[in-house]
Amino acid sequence: MSTTRNFSDVLLKVDNVHLSFGGVKALTNVNFNIMKGEIRAIIGPNGAGKSSMLNVINGFYHPQQGTITYKGVARSQMKPHQAAVQGIARTFQNIALFKGMSTLDNIMTGRLLKMKSGLLSQAFYWGKYEKEETQHRHKVEEIIDFLEIQSIRKTPVGRLPYGLQKRVELGRALAAEPELLLLDEPMAGMNVEEKEDMSRFIIETNDQLGTTIALIEHDMGVVMDLSDRVVVLDYGRQLADGTPDAVRGNQAVIDAYLGVTE
Amino acid sequence: MTAIDSLDTFPKILLERSKSSAKKPAMREKDLGIWQTWTWQEAFQEIKAFACGLSAMGLSPGDKLIIVGDNRPRLYWAMSATQCVGGIPVPTYQDAVAQEMAYVVDHSDAIVAVVEDQEQVDKLLEIQQSCPQLKTIIYDDARGMDDYDLPHVMSFESVQEKGRELLSQNADFFETTIDQGKGADEAIMLYTSGTTGKPKGVMLTYDNMVITARNGCKLENLTENEETLAYLPMAWVGDHLFSYAQSYIAGFCVSCPESPATVPHDLREIGPTYYFAPPRVFENLLTSVTIRMQDAAPVKQKVFKYFMDVAKNIGVRILEDKPVSLKERLLYKLGDILVYGPLKNTLGMSRVRIAYTAGEAIGPEIFEFYRSLGINIKQIYGQTEASIFVTVQPDDQVRSDTVGIAAPDVEITIADNGEVLYRSPGVFKSYYKNEESTKSTKNDEGWVYTGDAGFFTDDGHLRIIDRAKDVGKFSNGKLFAPKYIENKLKFFPHIREAVCFGNSRDTCTAFINIDMEAVGVWAEKQNIPYASYQELAAKEQVYQLVQDSIEQVNRDLTDDSMLSHSQIFRFLILHKELDADDGELTRTRKVRRPFIAERYGVLIDALYDGKSQCFIETEVSFEDGRTGAISADLHIQDVKTYSLEEGKTAA
Repeated sequence: MSTTRNFSDVLLKVDNVHLSFGGVKALTNVNFNIMKGEIRAIIGPNGAGKSSMLNVINGFYHPQQGTITYKGVARSQMKPHQAAVQGIARTFQNIALFKGMSTLDNIMTGRLLKMKSGLLSQAFYWGKYEKEETQHRHKVEEIIDFLEIQSIRKTPVGRLPYGLQKRVELGRALAAEPELLLLDEPMAGMNVEEKEDMSRFIIETNDQLGTTIALIEHDMGVVMDLSDRVVVLDYGRQLADGTPDAVRGNQAVIDAYLGVTE
Repeated sequence: MTAIDSLDTFPKILLERSKSSAKKPAMREKDLGIWQTWTWQEAFQEIKAFACGLSAMGLSPGDKLIIVGDNRPRLYWAMSATQCVGGIPVPTYQDAVAQEMAYVVDHSDAIVAVVEDQEQVDKLLEIQQSCPQLKTIIYDDARGMDDYDLPHVMSFESVQEKGRELLSQNADFFETTIDQGKGADEAIMLYTSGTTGKPKGVMLTYDNMVITARNGCKLENLTENEETLAYLPMAWVGDHLFSYAQSYIAGFCVSCPESPATVPHDLREIGPTYYFAPPRVFENLLTSVTIRMQDAAPVKQKVFKYFMDVAKNIGVRILEDKPVSLKERLLYKLGDILVYGPLKNTLGMSRVRIAYTAGEAIGPEIFEFYRSLGINIKQIYGQTEASIFVTVQPDDQVRSDTVGIAAPDVEITIADNGEVLYRSPGVFKSYYKNEESTKSTKNDEGWVYTGDAGFFTDDGHLRIIDRAKDVGKFSNGKLFAPKYIENKLKFFPHIREAVCFGNSRDTCTAFINIDMEAVGVWAEKQNIPYASYQELAAKEQVYQLVQDSIEQVNRDLTDDSMLSHSQIFRFLILHKELDADDGELTRTRKVRRPFIAERYGVLIDALYDGKSQCFIETEVSFEDGRTGAISADLHIQDVKTYSLEEGKTAA
């Protein structure tokens, strides 16, 4: 981003987090925060603990030490579905969609938490549910329109090219109308054109839907262009935290990426 | 004779439709997955508010308004609204890069632009720096426009809001303004795609469009019950006539697709009865059907092949009301249930009553394929300067190699040099700010030089062979008609584009562009690996495939003693696809011969000096406006040619 944006409210705060699997220390003393409305990137070389960090945020892993404060409420233990209820949605590094289902149905699954009617009325498409489904469908259509995927609405997701599958996955995450959206390598394996499209959708999601975004990414060019602030991890340790320009000039970061001459 | 038949401008017709057809659908668009409909009354209200808004902002009679975008109801309404207040709409090709569009904006003196979305707003803001006469930019889709805090960039609604304010003070303003319009007024300005030189702004009057549209409606018995899908560029005269003029005259509903990518789905859902597509679209559809059938189960393939042969034999005769035996009728009926019906449904053509094609020659096999399915596809021949119609094929006299007989009220004559001339009520008023071209195109008696060479066949049908100026001579003085040969080449599914050379030379040679999709599938079946167009195009086996096709064309050319010397001696496959963004094709995908001859001069020389390899580096521009270069070492291949006798025995 060419101009620096200012944010005033902290949405999520990570304090002194330690996570280890047996003897392997995945995260050691990580501290950073995510401001409401910003695009926050978590970067680092392979095995730096980026995905672990995301998994901690969304309640999939439980850190041995430290706290996560989300919307002012500190917690140590949370289940992924609780994270979802609280407005955290995510996409995955290796696409996790229902391959045999259409784009429309896949995005519809993202509405699950918003559905209020009981199993019985859903099964018979009856009563309140009929109206409710119409509302959900409307929301899903807005997302389809937003992501410009009208032409693949009825196409089974398994038949789509990779770049489009990624877009559908983003659509499903957006269907939950999240406050915080976690993107795990949204650009991995994409060609230049697909990356440009995805970047545009990430910016528009942030800009127009007001969603706070935390993303993990390998492609430095993309990260530096997209994000407001960047956290750098290496071997589970936090190397730097700051604006893209500050991080780019940080010696520790340069060493981690390019190696150090002994 | 209804009230509509006596009205002379589209605004007057609109006013009448808003009363007599108030509750009938006028326009449809798919939005958030649901088809939204506007009746004539509702469309009228939208247009009225917008027109008054334009007027309130200072658009006066004679002012030009640029329209840029895909086919959207609001853009059609903007067109209508401009006409209502006496302005002249100028629709432009929405995929044109800023530089090309700047020429049109500048040349047309447009003061307002109505555009589809943020992308086009950005383009016009860039253009505005060099075209300061452009005062206002109005956008349809508000997405992404929040941060544009510019006083001269505004939304469609805000203009309508201004219009409603004006109406609250002066309720009769709109109707009075409409009344002042006359048939002789300029109704629209359409820029020709510019096969040669800069685009020219063709000024058409209400009389031109209204009379031509009315004649067309009468000829084909178009009623208010027709369904059409408006998906071709709004800047093209055909779309203006079919989706705008004729919709007003006949009162039928025009549907706009959800997005350019959804057109095939939308066609299927709407099921148009009146359909228009350039030959390229029909070709692409057939190619995709063929490719999908190749992947079908063997039984299905057999059934498909059997019934397509049946259709070839019987279908056209049924369509043209020629004698067909009972047994044949039953067999065709069975085919209809098993193959033709489902196929037509997939293509979105189940209900097509009239399908027009024009612009380029259409391959005989393609033409026959659709006609044998019972789809009444007909060729027309036309020009922007004629409000499109010059000739049209009557229902029972459809041929693939002619373009039909003169359309109603059109006179045609052939000049001594073979050039086709016509005169009709649709003939344009003038080229905008180009007196010289107007004079050289339209003579004092109103005859228009088409620039096409052609002749009448024995049964009175016009056959176009080439552009008059492209028809050249070999060094031995014999006729060279490049397009005629190129079209023969392009009828092969794996050849997408061909450019032939031979003027003032002793032999004919060709550049070929392969069809990536068709050749790609073929290559996969042959286990030929490839990663890009360039790599595929350079494969020896692909060269062989193209060579076989060219030899077939050479054999065919021996059928006609006038053309047998045009056989192709040598060819090469280009390392990149010819592209409008690089200036090699026009926006309607016509080859720009002089430009290509200059750009690839090295390759042409190599075709004639006997070399078998030639190195070339070419600059290409990407969709986002950046440029890059690609280079290649191209192979040049010799082809077998045939004497008249050989051709006969081989055929």
